[in-house]
Amino acid sequence: MASTAAPASTIFRRPKQTSGWMSWLTTVDHKKIGIMYGYSAFFFFILGGLEALILRLQLAGPNGTVLDANEYNAMFTMHGTTMIFLFVMPVGAAFFNYMMPLMIGARDVAFPRLNALSFWIFIFGGIFLYSSFLFGTTGPPAGGNLPGGATDASWLGSTINGGWFMYQPNAGPRFSTGTVLDFGAIGLQILGLASLISAVNFIATIFNMRAKGMKLLRMPVFVWMTLVVAFLLLFSLPIIAVALFMVTFDRQLGTLFFDTFQGGDAILWQHLFWLFGHPEVYILILPAMGIVSETLPVFSRKPLFGYPAVVFAGAAIGFLGFGVWAHHMFASGITPVAQAAFGLATMTIAVPTGIKIFNWMGTMWMGKIKFTTPMLFSLGFVALFVIGGLSGVTHSIVPADWQQTDTYYIVAHFHYVLFGGAIFGIFAGLYYWFPKLTGRMLSEKLGKLHFWLMFIGMNLTFGPMHWLGLQGMVRRTWKYPEEYNFGTWNMVVTVGAYTIALSILVFMINWVRSKRKGVESGMDPWDARTIEWSIPNPTPEWNFGVNPEVQALDDWWHRKYDENEEGRPVRKAEADATIAQFHDQGVNPPSPIHLPSPSYFPFLAGAAFLAIGYGVVYHTRGWGLPLLAFGVILLLSSMIGWSLEPLEEDHEEVHA
Amino acid sequence: MSDIAHDEQLHESTGIETRKLAMWIFLSSEFMFFGALISNYLLFKGRVGYPEPYPSEMFDIPFTSVSSFVLLMSSLTMVLADHAIHRDDQRATRTWIVATALLGMVFLSGQAFEFTEFVLHDPPMTLSTNPAASAFFTLTGFHGMHVLIGVIMLLTLAGTSFRKGRLSTATGLNLESVALYWHFVDIIWIVIFTVVYLIK
Ligand code: HEM
Ligand SMILES: [Cu+2]
Repeated sequence: MASTAAPASTIFRRPKQTSGWMSWLTTVDHKKIGIMYGYSAFFFFILGGLEALILRLQLAGPNGTVLDANEYNAMFTMHGTTMIFLFVMPVGAAFFNYMMPLMIGARDVAFPRLNALSFWIFIFGGIFLYSSFLFGTTGPPAGGNLPGGATDASWLGSTINGGWFMYQPNAGPRFSTGTVLDFGAIGLQILGLASLISAVNFIATIFNMRAKGMKLLRMPVFVWMTLVVAFLLLFSLPIIAVALFMVTFDRQLGTLFFDTFQGGDAILWQHLFWLFGHPEVYILILPAMGIVSETLPVFSRKPLFGYPAVVFAGAAIGFLGFGVWAHHMFASGITPVAQAAFGLATMTIAVPTGIKIFNWMGTMWMGKIKFTTPMLFSLGFVALFVIGGLSGVTHSIVPADWQQTDTYYIVAHFHYVLFGGAIFGIFAGLYYWFPKLTGRMLSEKLGKLHFWLMFIGMNLTFGPMHWLGLQGMVRRTWKYPEEYNFGTWNMVVTVGAYTIALSILVFMINWVRSKRKGVESGMDPWDARTIEWSIPNPTPEWNFGVNPEVQALDDWWHRKYDENEEGRPVRKAEADATIAQFHDQGVNPPSPIHLPSPSYFPFLAGAAFLAIGYGVVYHTRGWGLPLLAFGVILLLSSMIGWSLEPLEEDHEEVHA
Repeated sequence: MSDIAHDEQLHESTGIETRKLAMWIFLSSEFMFFGALISNYLLFKGRVGYPEPYPSEMFDIPFTSVSSFVLLMSSLTMVLADHAIHRDDQRATRTWIVATALLGMVFLSGQAFEFTEFVLHDPPMTLSTNPAASAFFTLTGFHGMHVLIGVIMLLTLAGTSFRKGRLSTATGLNLESVALYWHFVDIIWIVIFTVVYLIK
């Protein structure tokens, strides 16, 4: 590797490190950014999981004494917020980052530095949110006439505690003094900004950087789902941004948006929140649907059944997702007409979802199924997602929903979707694409152990919650009395939760061991269909040695296989030669390749948001406003530095 | 923003320049942002019975019309800058960019003056007078922020134009996407001015 001579000294010299920690700080490579997204998201998964384990310890038997009420509120709020905003969304971003450019045949995303920026904003947003454990204060309601607003909370109880939905006016200045909800509102705002930036970036990438011949309907389903998710983010994040600004202004500047005593509107919060919140659940689940649509065909040895239907169903889910938000508000006093309309609209979403499930089944039908670990996780996804989907349909029936709302039936439902769905899909993807990161395979033995422990644990944990809910166990309660007889099933649930924890431990051991000592994967270990497998593993820095050209859906497969008269695949005689040729091109690019240069500025601009966040929370303290000003100046100057970075070094040359 | 993954074979599948495309995408998101803020204002402006004064009683329509006109004119100068860059006339481009930024600043000063009037009025109208006032200041304040960001981008462009070849290069903060942004901010203002100020 050699580089062109740097121009004479300039303060904006671009960094050059290609290894060591500095290279991670300054990288703009979508693969490195994807890996960093993945590891940080997993770290937050562990935190969110530990919080769940603490919750379950408290609820294992009647009259639990592990947590008090305020600590319980804090724990479930942090758990939900972490899982959604700091785990599932960023891990989705990890997959999008690493895989999407490879699947469309691009060298990188459209705006590599912007991509790094969104990663660093996410990291600093997460740090900011979690720092409420250290700095957050809870306080009594203004006027102090409600009991129980403890000011002497333990550190466990000193973090955000208003629920991930932050219902108003409870989470407003009148009923929640102290700073924890400022941390919540501002932290989510920062995280939202990160997602918005990457949404713009990914849409531009998918629209403009596809390989020659990759028409929209030749894109892998996973890329399609990336696109739909990015659009969902694009249209839903501004709404939650407005809502969070309104909360922050209410709390910090004395606006009256949600102060019902002075003309504010609490239902408006719910409308704005769920107008974002419902599309958000598709933001969480569609990446998993995309992953499963990649793995099922590969391990069934058949093309995806009804590819266009799967794509359009995904788009339809995204589109309809904006029309049904009020089904989260049946118990909030909206009019019966609105309830009926939203109930009906909600049921229509079952149609495209059903189409997808039908197509996955069709894919496996008569296929030669290989039960590898990624396949097991994909099958787990389909099974559990169907259960979660069915219990979801029961919520669209308004009277039934009135019974179920705020009971453990709801908790069961959304965990079947989010754990059984999103997380099983994510693990399917991790096992499937691990060779792309490392050139090695995860152990199948440990993988299967992981799968079965997690599958059993998952059902033990969330299955019984259905009956508990129907028997009347309400959610967001920190304890229940002996007489209700909830104890037995709750103990089962807790055992299930710890079984899940054990399975995650198995996964971590597998990951660490396989990364160093796993079986070498070679180039195309699963005999796959899509072009990310037409390059060597681990992925070379330049992705494709030669820009690919695509002639069909499942292009890579068609290079290896023909069909005989009965439509069965027959491996071409030259398949091995083709693979060898692609491998060779990947390792030794025939002509030099230009890659975008690293930069300091995304990191600096991201760090500015930490200062801005604290500046806003503490603007009434002497040092608050100066800190805010510092953050803004840091942000502006890094943006200006960014636009002044020398052009010449954009042409860093990479030779093989 | 000189930020494109760059290599010779880079092609644009849609035929639209990538930075411009990204700006379009971003602006579609901004529509939702301002849509939510405008609906908030419409929701709250009808809630009477809370402390006076209400925004609708305070507007100075002739004054705001003039500053709206100034902002409209800035779209014109922006178009002229765009024309000049296509003729590859760096000097003229820079002049029109600076003119656009100045007009934007005049608009911002008008807004600052207007807000000050409201706050110093007797009785004053502030963020916490009533929800309609909260919604009004939030909506127009956010619009003002957008104009300010636009001004900063324009000044950065003007600054970079002193480095040879910067304005017309294929990389770098580019005039066309800043122009898109600027026109968008203008159009939104027309909507706000009509819906908030003019419609009773
Ligand atoms: C080990 C696995 C998990 C266990 C044992 C678990 C357990 C729990 C418990 C006990 C609650 C509190 C229910 C309440 O009091 O209302 C809860 C809430 C929640 N969980 Fe989980 N959970 C797990 C995994 C996940 C995952 C993977 C996600 C999302 C991807 C998730 C998302 C949520 C959300 C959004 C809430 C609601 C929080 C709120 O009401 O503010 N959970 N979970
Ligand atoms: Cu929903």
